[in-house]
Order: sequence, then C-alpha cells, then structure tokens
Amino acid sequence: MTPPEIIGLLKKHDAAGVVSAVADGAYPHVVVTAEKLVEVADFLRTQSQLRFDLLRCISAIDWPAKNSVEVAYDLISTSFGHAFAIKVMLDRVNPQVESVGGVWPAAQWHEREAFDLMGVTFLHHPDLRRILMPEDWPGHPLRKDYQDVVEYKGLKFNP
Amino acid sequence: MAVIEGIFEPGLIVTTVDWVLDWSRRCSIFPMTFGIACCAIEMIATGASRYDIDRFGSGAFRATPRQADLMIVAGTVTFKMAERLRRLWEQMAEPRFVIAMGACAISGGPYHMHGYHVVKGVDQIVPVDVYVPGCPPRPEALLEGLMRLQDKIATRTIAKQKAEA
Repeated sequence: MTPPEIIGLLKKHDAAGVVSAVADGAYPHVVVTAEKLVEVADFLRTQSQLRFDLLRCISAIDWPAKNSVEVAYDLISTSFGHAFAIKVMLDRVNPQVESVGGVWPAAQWHEREAFDLMGVTFLHHPDLRRILMPEDWPGHPLRKDYQDVVEYKGLKFNP
Repeated sequence: MAVIEGIFEPGLIVTTVDWVLDWSRRCSIFPMTFGIACCAIEMIATGASRYDIDRFGSGAFRATPRQADLMIVAGTVTFKMAERLRRLWEQMAEPRFVIAMGACAISGGPYHMHGYHVVKGVDQIVPVDVYVPGCPPRPEALLEGLMRLQDKIATRTIAKQKAEA
C-alpha cells in the first residue's frame, strides 16, 4: 500500500489518535498521541491489508527548542513489502510513553536503548535497564544538553 | 633453530641464564584472544596465513588470561570495559606485556573529543609496553610492534629485574 492509503486507513480507524500525517517525501509517517500509540501500533500490525510485522528501529530525537523528545518507530511489512513510521512527541522534562513490547517483542531492546541514551521512560516495560552504558552512569549521553562526566571510577575523562 | 644453528662447537653450549630465558620468552609470546573493536580484524589478519604471526612464536592465541603473556588491546576501550580489562590484566601471569594497538587504545582516537564513553588511552588502566599507531594499524605494523616488544624482552635480566607496576 502507498503511504496515503495507509494514512487513510489509520484515520478511518481512529481519527482522534492521529495528530498529523506526512504522506510524501523520504519519510512518510504519522504523528500520534502518546495515549493512542499502542492502539495504533496494534492496528498497523494486525490489520489484514497492512500487516506491519517487523519493527525495524526505534529512534529517539531530542528537540531542546521545542522542549520535546520525539520517538520514531520504523515499520516494515514482510508480507507486502511496504514501509511506514509512527512518531510520538513527548515532554522533554519527563518523557513517558507506553511500551510497544507487547505488539512487537523486538521493541524491548530498542526501548532499553532509548531509555539508556535519551532517558525516555517506557511504561510497563518488563525490564527497563540500561543496555549500553554501565548501570551507575550519570545522565543520558545523547541528550543535547548532556555534560560529560569529569571522572568515572577513578578514571579521568580528560587526563 | 636458525638462530643458534651451527654457532657452537660440537658438544659445547656456552650461554647465560639471561640469554636463554629472554630468548625463550621472546620467541613464544602467547597473546590473549582479546579483540574489542575493529582493530581486532587486523589482529585476526595478522594471525592468518598471509602475515602469519606464528613465525614469531605468537600464534597461540589463548582464550584465558592465565595462559597468556601478552594482551593486545585491539580496539576502543570504554569506561564500562575498563574495569574488566584491568581484571583480565591482573589475572595474567608475570611476566606480562601489553600492546596498545590503534588510535583508540593509545589516546581515544576518533573519540578523543566527543566520545562520552571512551577511556582516553588504555595506559590509564594498565602499563603499556608498545604503542602501535594507526586506525587501524596494518598487520605489518602490529608485527613491527611485536618485534619491538621482542627487543624489549631481550634486554631483560634476572639481576636487575624490578617489580612490575
């Protein structure tokens, strides 16, 4: 299916959840509200004409000027070969969104990465721990306002 | 052994304990299987038939630090890896040697300015004997580093040997 058709199906299913949609360009996607994310995800996965069964990537993007953190979910359908994406905009101070691990189990590690490096909290995630950085690392390194550590366990950052 | 062949009278060997110890040590430096980033690929190439690190007696990559003489730090050392690396080094039997292979292990390399997770030089964690620059160094460079380490071992003596740091 083409992106306009996908967006049409989504809006028909749940117009309230879709904040905005981009049908053309290199990255067709919909922006949905955080509350509706799991519902939209489940619809995209199970709807018989869509079948987005593969979650390729979860990316978190920090927007200090907009005071928000954006989370993007890249999807692909192995049955039909079409691709699409969902985005949610979250509050930058306390970004929280429901986990989509129940829809795509692959999401769990991606969510741990977004939590580790960007500080996005995924609610009802079964095991939300840091995945790359040490457990006791301060802060979330890919935030735009992240300050490098001065010292970690006796090792100077800038010797 | 080409090194000692034909240089003695029949039935006579004259040498020093130092020379024999150093010769046996430098000709059988067992490295640890310790590739932690892309430099490991060059280290693997060094071990393979084209460059053949076995010619120097260093082809026996040991999977445990307790059987290894040499730690080739082949890659980027993160803060998370640092304590593990130190522990592995502590588990090696003496005399033990360290080669810092590549820009990352020497100084943090491409991560020097903006690497939030990279230790700026493995010599902060363990004493380094030979630095092999490059990003990554070619196998020839690693072999050169190994030969410099052999030179270094050749100068060791049981008389003056100090406790290692």
